[in-house]
Amino acid sequence: MEFEPVIGLEVHAQLLTNTKIFCGCSTKFGAAPNSAACPVCLGLPGVLPVLNRKVVEFAIRMAIATNCRVNAENVFARKNYFYPDLPKGYQISQYALPLAEDGHIDVEFDGGKKRIGIVRIHMEEDAGKLLHDEHNPWSYVDLNRTGVPLIEIVSAPDIRSAEEASAYLRRLHEILVYLEICDGNMEEGNFRCDANVSLRPRGQEAFGTRAELKNMNSFRNVQRALEYEIKRQQYILESGGAIVQETRLWDDGQGATFAMRGKEEAHDYRYFPDPDLVPVAVDEAWVKEIRSALPELPLEKRERFIRDYAIPPYDAGVLTASRALADYYEEVVRLCGLPKIAANWVMGDVLRLLNEEKRDIRDCPVKPESLAAMIRFIEDGTISGKIAKDVVEEMYRTGKPPKAVIEEKGLVQITDEGAVADAIRKVIEANPAQLAQYRSGKDKVFGFFVGQVMKATQGKANPKLVNDLLKKMLAG
Amino acid sequence: MELYERTIHELQRLLRDGETTAVEICRSVFARIEAVEPRVHAYIALMREPAMAAAAAADEAIRRGDPPPLAGIPIALKDIYCTKGFPTTCGSRILQNFVPPYDAAVVEKLRAAGAVFTGKTNMDEFAMGSSTENSAFGVTRNPWDLDRIPGGSSGGSAAAVAADLCIASLGSDTGGSIRQPASLCGVVGMKPTYGRVSRFGLIAFASSLDQIGPFTKDVEDCAILMNAIAGYDPRESTSVPEEVPDYRGFLGRGIEGWTVGIPREYFVAGIDPEVLACVRGAIRVVESLGARCVDVSLPHTEHCLSVYYIIAPAEASSNLARYDGVKYGYRAEGAADLLEMYKKSRSEGFGPEVKRRIMLGTYALSSGYYDAYYKKASQVRALVRNDFDEVFRSCDALLTPTTPTPAFRIGEKTADPLQMYLSDICTISANMAGIPGISVPCGYSSEGLPIGVQFLAGHFAEGKLLQIAAAFEKGANIPRRKPKL
Repeated sequence: MEFEPVIGLEVHAQLLTNTKIFCGCSTKFGAAPNSAACPVCLGLPGVLPVLNRKVVEFAIRMAIATNCRVNAENVFARKNYFYPDLPKGYQISQYALPLAEDGHIDVEFDGGKKRIGIVRIHMEEDAGKLLHDEHNPWSYVDLNRTGVPLIEIVSAPDIRSAEEASAYLRRLHEILVYLEICDGNMEEGNFRCDANVSLRPRGQEAFGTRAELKNMNSFRNVQRALEYEIKRQQYILESGGAIVQETRLWDDGQGATFAMRGKEEAHDYRYFPDPDLVPVAVDEAWVKEIRSALPELPLEKRERFIRDYAIPPYDAGVLTASRALADYYEEVVRLCGLPKIAANWVMGDVLRLLNEEKRDIRDCPVKPESLAAMIRFIEDGTISGKIAKDVVEEMYRTGKPPKAVIEEKGLVQITDEGAVADAIRKVIEANPAQLAQYRSGKDKVFGFFVGQVMKATQGKANPKLVNDLLKKMLAG
Repeated sequence: MELYERTIHELQRLLRDGETTAVEICRSVFARIEAVEPRVHAYIALMREPAMAAAAAADEAIRRGDPPPLAGIPIALKDIYCTKGFPTTCGSRILQNFVPPYDAAVVEKLRAAGAVFTGKTNMDEFAMGSSTENSAFGVTRNPWDLDRIPGGSSGGSAAAVAADLCIASLGSDTGGSIRQPASLCGVVGMKPTYGRVSRFGLIAFASSLDQIGPFTKDVEDCAILMNAIAGYDPRESTSVPEEVPDYRGFLGRGIEGWTVGIPREYFVAGIDPEVLACVRGAIRVVESLGARCVDVSLPHTEHCLSVYYIIAPAEASSNLARYDGVKYGYRAEGAADLLEMYKKSRSEGFGPEVKRRIMLGTYALSSGYYDAYYKKASQVRALVRNDFDEVFRSCDALLTPTTPTPAFRIGEKTADPLQMYLSDICTISANMAGIPGISVPCGYSSEGLPIGVQFLAGHFAEGKLLQIAAAFEKGANIPRRKPKL
């Protein structure tokens, strides 16, 4: 029997507000344990939460960007459970009336394009962190992360493969980062994903029994875990077994998912509206204001690049991977007026140099105006494209503008016919055997002569000029 | 007359005229405490030294000529308010050693107003109870009869005012916890509108019902304290940014031409005949003052108690989850693992009534029961609120008994929680609807126990409530009796 995977993803994204969701504590990562924790974070008796409006604004940005309906009145609810990293004994989240519902995003992957539904987006507070002492039978509680704002984005069970899941996640990630509401750092857990996976016989409507996957802290791991889990379930079903509804953890080292140890208790979170908070009212004017201030989203930008700059979809994809990169590229284009050539330089040499050092485009020593100036030097024949590669490296290393680099290094292209002809003459004289070969019809030797001439001119000779003159002079 | 017997407004006059000092007042009150407190046990902890220092500071301010409004007035605080640097127990073993690093909003306000705090008063554990018998720190006795309960949960605050162990006090009212003990101890007690006084720093019992209010010796003092504690607080999301009038301005205005509703559902079987007689007397007084008393109906009254015992425990079950032995408060020794630590700490730290309500509330919120209990209760609560909105279209205020009986005996109802719960039958509806209510003494039983009458008004109509309470107090002209201690 052929099985079809059904996958739904729950993404938790940490919002980039300066302060926490229900108090004035800083959200900065890496502070000394419990140094960013006030009586509200500690859940002291008598303290009360006060909603940070910025959190709502950030969440609404995501809701608009994912085509969700923003609920005019949404309600915070208490999710009750005991755990030492949860000081109040409940997490303030949203349940029956979340911030936003019924959206979608379009994703692209090798197999094509697809629209994936978003069931809901809700706001909630993060819990603290437990640090286990390896040498002693106790644990420490760090409540700095308590109350850091999160949004949870729940997809519809529309995803049918690990590849689609990965494409969906990357797209969500990209939108969050574009909106500047989440830094997207997966290693620090600022963007985390859980997956619900089940299989059903192809053609069947009803869902099969699902497993929930956790602990996948990179795009690659999400894809690997899903691929593994789909195979695991398929194997069980094909051999006549039944899937157990359970939470499974991805083990990166072993490349497999494992059922969470211990008795899986059915949690009853006893949700109810938090009486310490009033319903969040979101009027249309507010949504409109946020919408009008929204940046261009990656997909729109990509389509505009393809249309306006006439660059291939692949290039547009690379250049819009981040807002900063897209801005860099557009500035170069604005200054040099050559979109395709600019795309090659940004995607090629600039990104290669940055990647070698894991440097961000925002810290690129080659400023857009320098790269644009260099492109113009190639266009007007001042330097050759080949020399330009060295120029970029030098600009990257020193931060100097191209003019200075070219002059200091004497890299100006030789376009003087006499000078090039001189060099060619010397090369021909020095290589009579190759000349004879060429004249007897071995065209391939032509390349040898080009190489020798370029070598003799330290690469500075204008390649087109070299070609033209060489052809003439070799012919005699 | 001793200084400790005085009201706030009398002491303010004496201080202004230089006839006494804050330090003298403070000494007088603490002398009274020394003499009487061992028999009443109104306090969990006394603040003698900080009180004397605050009194001296008040005298200094008076000498400088710029005393804050409550300079030198000894006020007792229910042990449910966080007091910076001073233990706050909420009547519970689980918070026995808890010292808050901050002041509750009302404590801040009173401190800034120059009040002298005498101590933290006894209460039913986490404000759950109607007799102050549920405290982890002993029973408070009714000053009028030491074998009887003072009411609850703010029994300590009520008894302290009645026995002159302070000049006024603050309590909290979730289902009648100010008005019921005020009635049983013969003092004035007011529950303001939900949202009128900041709950910040008030240890939560049931967040959507809890409200803070004063216990005073007369209505004028109640207005004075309301002036001091009412107002919007940005630290509390349910606090309402509604302007606070000068409540003293409502006193002495009279109630000529008012319509006062007498809700028939509050005059049914179960109300003690002597209470009924007293309250009927109060109706006649109100009529004699030029008001028209009319029969009105609040049809959903009969459901109030059941709705309350779903909503309040549900919220409490969640509010009290933080007492887990991890961060502060009581932690049981010798637990083998986390789950056992939770279980032992909470089993040993909470008393039986608190456990009962946590279980009730946990059940009511459980998956599969939520719709039938919590959700349904919330819907009925809206109907109760509508009932009041409806009658306040035609009535300026309502008049009811505060409690069905005078103070009962210690131990009389501890074996039967339902009987205990019924003692809040007249007060719970105001919490359901979020409206203000006040209990004013209206007479004594044949055994000499105080009886109170309750006035209710619409949202944020505390002014009107004080207006009718003051008019009634003056018109009834009940001789000012003091308990014999």
